[in-house]
Amino acid sequence: MTALRRLPLDLIAVGLLALYPLIPGLAEAADKLCKCTLGAELTTLFIMAVLALGLNVVVGYTGLLHLGIAAFFGIGAYTVGILLVPVYPFKLGSALPAGSGVLVAVLAAAAGAALVSVVTAAPLLRLRGDYLALVTLGFGEVARFALRNLEEITNGTKGLNPIPQPDVPGLQGDWSRDYQYFFYLTLGVLFLTLVLLRNLERSRLGRAWVALREDELAAGCMGLNTAKLKLMAFALGGGLAGLAGGLFALRLGSTADPDTYSFQRSITVLCCLILGGLGNRAGVLLGVFLVLGFDNILAPAVDRTIQEQNLNPGGSPFLAFSSYRLILFGLALILVMRFRPEGLLPSNRVRAELHEGEETPAGKGA
Amino acid sequence: MLFADSGLNLGQALLDGLGMGMLFALVALGYTMVYGIVELINFAHGDLFMLGTFFALTLLAALGLTGSGLAEAGTGKLVVAFVLMILTVPVFCAGLNWAVDFVVYKPLRNAPKLAPLVSAIGVSFVFMGIGLFWNYLVPENGQKVPAAADRNFPNLLPDRNLIEGTGYRLTVKDAMVLGITLPIMVALTLFVRYTSLGKAMRATAQNPTAARLMGINVDRVIGSTFVLGGGLAGVASVVYALYVNTISYQVGFQNGLYAFTAAVLGGIGNIPGAVLGGVLIGLIRSVGSATIGERWTSALVFAILIVILVFRPTGLLGARTREKV
Repeated sequence: MTALRRLPLDLIAVGLLALYPLIPGLAEAADKLCKCTLGAELTTLFIMAVLALGLNVVVGYTGLLHLGIAAFFGIGAYTVGILLVPVYPFKLGSALPAGSGVLVAVLAAAAGAALVSVVTAAPLLRLRGDYLALVTLGFGEVARFALRNLEEITNGTKGLNPIPQPDVPGLQGDWSRDYQYFFYLTLGVLFLTLVLLRNLERSRLGRAWVALREDELAAGCMGLNTAKLKLMAFALGGGLAGLAGGLFALRLGSTADPDTYSFQRSITVLCCLILGGLGNRAGVLLGVFLVLGFDNILAPAVDRTIQEQNLNPGGSPFLAFSSYRLILFGLALILVMRFRPEGLLPSNRVRAELHEGEETPAGKGA
Repeated sequence: MLFADSGLNLGQALLDGLGMGMLFALVALGYTMVYGIVELINFAHGDLFMLGTFFALTLLAALGLTGSGLAEAGTGKLVVAFVLMILTVPVFCAGLNWAVDFVVYKPLRNAPKLAPLVSAIGVSFVFMGIGLFWNYLVPENGQKVPAAADRNFPNLLPDRNLIEGTGYRLTVKDAMVLGITLPIMVALTLFVRYTSLGKAMRATAQNPTAARLMGINVDRVIGSTFVLGGGLAGVASVVYALYVNTISYQVGFQNGLYAFTAAVLGGIGNIPGAVLGGVLIGLIRSVGSATIGERWTSALVFAILIVILVFRPTGLLGARTREKV
């Protein structure tokens, strides 16, 4: 078990997923089973995994409860939109040679979101936990309303579109038809993110973040610059969220409705982290695959089956699987918190902390 | 003058905002009292409020007052329905809130702070799911409605202006909001200040361990806080449903968010602060929609919240506490 724990489960998972389109017949069989293009759905999960890993930097490593990550996801998406859609003068897709325009746009999305994250977080660093949570929530809502209402810039609820598909020499296929292009692109980004975070966790910065999470006061007394560390966490978290947003918009070919970047998304991503295992990369991946896999793949597949068999002619919500989504999801959260608060696949350190002093039950002696 | 050329009737905007603000305050009190005692942001509180509106709707459906039944009903029946709602819905919400505390939060009292918070998010999801089914189960004019659809709540009260001729508008509905919420605010303030349970609540909020040493049954105090908070949310849900006349499984989320914002704005854990925060948010919303437009009001509320927290990190009336080592 301990040997298993040392394995880089996250990287192994990514490696196995890379094989998915290569095994002959697997994709066809899976598509038939889920009545969708599973590869395309998996692409969405990879993008969301990058977003969740970004949130994990802020919440999992540094211990700052952030309830507005979707705003940075949205900022990333709209940055890519503005840099690529034909109505804006930039049109990087065709302005720069050989597909590098798309790369520049996605990187700009990450940088832009990181910048906004730092600038908005800077005045808020002295807020205590729950107040910080509320301000991030508030910022998320302000950002969503701004995206919706600034119609001259964001095209309101219609979103910015069409975002042209990447034009890379040698990869001349239709990116929107064949899922494999985006599948490997997003999986590659996810892989790089995981490697980056893996190294960061072992670096001076990563350890400083954990120290900050454990005890801010003690970390400060030990000479850590807590304000700077928090800003770095916000920068990286916001940046990864922006990167994910950029990829999301690129794949969708549109920035989608601003409500895509609402509080609901922030909460869903946070739930992925918590169910999977806060602070642990493999746990975050597991959480994303369980929660969003249920939402995006399993529930629609079961519903489509119900519809095909004509089991629910009256349209009763009791016979539609997706209506149970909220209840099942809520019960899962409650049960996990009750019986396994460290998440399904916790990091060793978080696990040790949560089961600290379990031999002498708290409250008995007090 | 900022408002002079926009033709804004500032007095009217303030009057409108006061009623809505009082409603937010009622819900905010549930957040703030629970937070003050167990430091839990009870995300499910707004959705409890939503279930209250559906309970009220079911009650009216049982009395035959939904849809076409409303037009035929006499005044006597309407009064009975109103009294029944205002008495039973708070009991339902209070009981539900107590049960959730007992089943979900109580086992987590010594767990890390994130655990009850996430459980509360879970309860909120479960409530929303229940609201979805509930909406489907109450037919409108004998017809099933889609679960996620907005519902008309029977318009029991007339929209008659009570102060015609003064240039202002104060409808029967506005009067109802003020007439119900204001006395409850006063009663609650007196309750918390002077009764022994109220004192026990304040003592527990200040220091649970010391309160326990003084012989206060902390578990019972926490339980009664949930009961009280739930009851207030129940009153608020009836008043809201009668005032706004549209309910859906999502009303809890938006209004809960405002109420929660109100609680934090006033200084979370602080009872007068929650009332102040609620009224302020109501006023910001009404003055905001009269000046910069309805669609920006939500953004304005949160922007003001952020600004206030930057300068007063513990809210308007919150005490500045030094971090304990």
